[in-house]
Amino acid sequence: MTSVAPPILQSAPPPTASRGRRQRSLSWLALPALAFFVLFGLVPLVGVLLLSFTTWDGIGTIHPSGLTSWREVLSNPGLPHALQVTFLIMALSWLFQTPMSILLGVFLAGRQRYRGFLSVFLFIPLLLSSAAIAITYKALLDPNFGLGAGLHLDFLSQDWLGQPNLAVATVVFVVSWQFIPFHTLIYQGAVRQIPESMYEAAQIDGAGRVRQFFSITLPQLKYTIITSSTLMVVGSVTFFDIIFVLTQGGPADATTNLALLMYKLGFQANLMGPASAIAVIIVLLGLALALLLRRLGGRDTTASQLEGA
Amino acid sequence: MSRRDFLGLAALSVPVLAGVAACSSSKPSGGAGTGNASGGGGSTGTATYWFLSGQPQQGIREDSVKAFNAASSKGKISYTEFQNDAYKTKIKTAIGAGQAPTIIWGWGGGGLKSYVQANQVEDLTSWFDQNPDVKSRLFPSSFGAATISGKIYAMPSEAVQPIILYYNKKVLDKVGVQPPQSWGDILDMVPKINAKGIAPFSLGGQSRWTNMMWLEFLFDRIGGPEVFQAVFDGEKDAWSNPASIQGLTECQKLIKANGFIKGFQSITADSNADQALLYTGKAAMMLHGSWTYGNMKSSGGDFVTGGHLGWMNFPPVDGGKGDPSDTVGNPGQYLSISSKAPDAQKQLALDYFKNGVLADAEVKEWIKTGSVPIVKSASSQLSSAGDDTPFLKFIYDTSSQAKVFAQSWDQALSPTQAEVLLDNIAKLFALSISPQQYASNMNAVIGK
Repeated sequence: MTSVAPPILQSAPPPTASRGRRQRSLSWLALPALAFFVLFGLVPLVGVLLLSFTTWDGIGTIHPSGLTSWREVLSNPGLPHALQVTFLIMALSWLFQTPMSILLGVFLAGRQRYRGFLSVFLFIPLLLSSAAIAITYKALLDPNFGLGAGLHLDFLSQDWLGQPNLAVATVVFVVSWQFIPFHTLIYQGAVRQIPESMYEAAQIDGAGRVRQFFSITLPQLKYTIITSSTLMVVGSVTFFDIIFVLTQGGPADATTNLALLMYKLGFQANLMGPASAIAVIIVLLGLALALLLRRLGGRDTTASQLEGA
Repeated sequence: MSRRDFLGLAALSVPVLAGVAACSSSKPSGGAGTGNASGGGGSTGTATYWFLSGQPQQGIREDSVKAFNAASSKGKISYTEFQNDAYKTKIKTAIGAGQAPTIIWGWGGGGLKSYVQANQVEDLTSWFDQNPDVKSRLFPSSFGAATISGKIYAMPSEAVQPIILYYNKKVLDKVGVQPPQSWGDILDMVPKINAKGIAPFSLGGQSRWTNMMWLEFLFDRIGGPEVFQAVFDGEKDAWSNPASIQGLTECQKLIKANGFIKGFQSITADSNADQALLYTGKAAMMLHGSWTYGNMKSSGGDFVTGGHLGWMNFPPVDGGKGDPSDTVGNPGQYLSISSKAPDAQKQLALDYFKNGVLADAEVKEWIKTGSVPIVKSASSQLSSAGDDTPFLKFIYDTSSQAKVFAQSWDQALSPTQAEVLLDNIAKLFALSISPQQYASNMNAVIGK
């Protein structure tokens, strides 16, 4: 899930005639995208917001009921737990994916032929659907018929999805397995953008590989890290498919994050009002996190990173 | 309210004398054998029908529709198949969105009630009055879960499916124990079976309703059917009944003693992995629906045909009030007609109910796969079912002699209550809440 920012439309009168003409043509170009955004982004959002002030079982008629649904959700003991699970999975998958992706990205940015060959294999998870990945892992991790039992390897025959902590770790691993290639791709591109001259200068000054990585590569990747982190963090607010297939939120509610709680309330318990309220919370949380990460990037995002290059 | 009372399902009063069989004139056309018409298409109007996948039931449902289509001159029925857990969500969403199929396959009870309250399904009471033959050939008890506030909203179909205790005879012999005669026996057997490196019970715990079956029996055996009836009737604090607390405690006792297979919380019933554990000898026993027999027979090698599968009703709990003949499960499946469907499709669906559902050929197929279809005339055919006869007779006797045949809790309750129920049962089995916490969590949603 990525969120799309609406194009900024300026309504103030343009200072000069020539700039005004250009701006009008630009707004016109944004119209198709704007139409899609309104239709598939804003309209459902408003619909969900309105639904959160109603009582609806998903089958019968919709009754407006003020704040009933919100009161129900905010007093639901499952909500703080789901928030906790959401942030836990978010933090763990960021901590796991970011270093892995940076290292793999830097490695694959090299132009050696064998690296191109390896990267083809690395990107295979990107081609698979989440549901297929989850079903495969579920079969491999089955405590009685899975990989461990088949190969008689005791360390593999853990109850991967049946113990609360292990289940969270397994979910984080599978999610990371799917998304690391994507972030690696972003980092690979970013590393290739770093001017060769910086490394040459550092070499002349006597900096080794590790020093070059920490003093040149990492600082140069600052904005890429922020972009990639935004995608990871905002995306993990809405993680659903992999968790649903792997654990259905279990054992008990150990892996029930906000999205799963929303699904359970809406589509299993027939409580569309409270489910919509959770959906609103998810949207607000996603927006807040995206804004926060933008702030972290510093005020002046146009400042040059290439001083001295 | 009184008629849809789940106790109303009590006493499957099937006339044992099959000679008086009321299966009279109703049935010539549909049973025309093996129709080969495809499921889809049709020129004079097509009714849609959604049902569950999973063999062998899936094939019987398909054949029933195909046979009807081959014989029907007015139009065809086209079907779509879904996995169990996916279907439960899909059908609700479709009905809410006005996209329901003409024929809605379901479990009756609380789910059906929510459709009725939203005016989404047709009232079939007067149709059954006009077609007494259709009604009288079915088990009377099957109409309980189809009846909401005294009106019939669904056509009972398919087979009666009590939950039974299966065991692997080879494994019990190896351990040197007899099938349990009481709850105390079960608790005594657990350490002995575990000592041999075998799990006492198989359980697909991720599906949650699988865990529920244990509580259904423990509640009944300890406190009788009144305990859950009080919940069903919406009595305040009904879950805090001492019998309820005792049932929950006994259940956690079994979990703590490692009564269930390692990793049961990550096993789903949809994949049939729980059945595989029983027939591969990794688990000694399993509490499951009678519908699993067919799959264990077809997938388990010589497990069923070689006579290694044993079965029994859930044993009594020492000092419990419940009648040991009581059982729970599905008293049948239920077909409703969407009220949003065009009249021609509704008519076609009624035609199917009359001439297609449980036609002679379909009845034979159910019996062949080890199920007891809910037609009275089935009883006379059970003894000619070859090596399935002992199982079929057991199912028939269990269902017909049960003092109470209770509907599964999650089907009897409203969807809202059922979800909280399943959620708390999962926590109870994960030992993350105590029986008292379970009771207070559940008391909070009584009547919702």
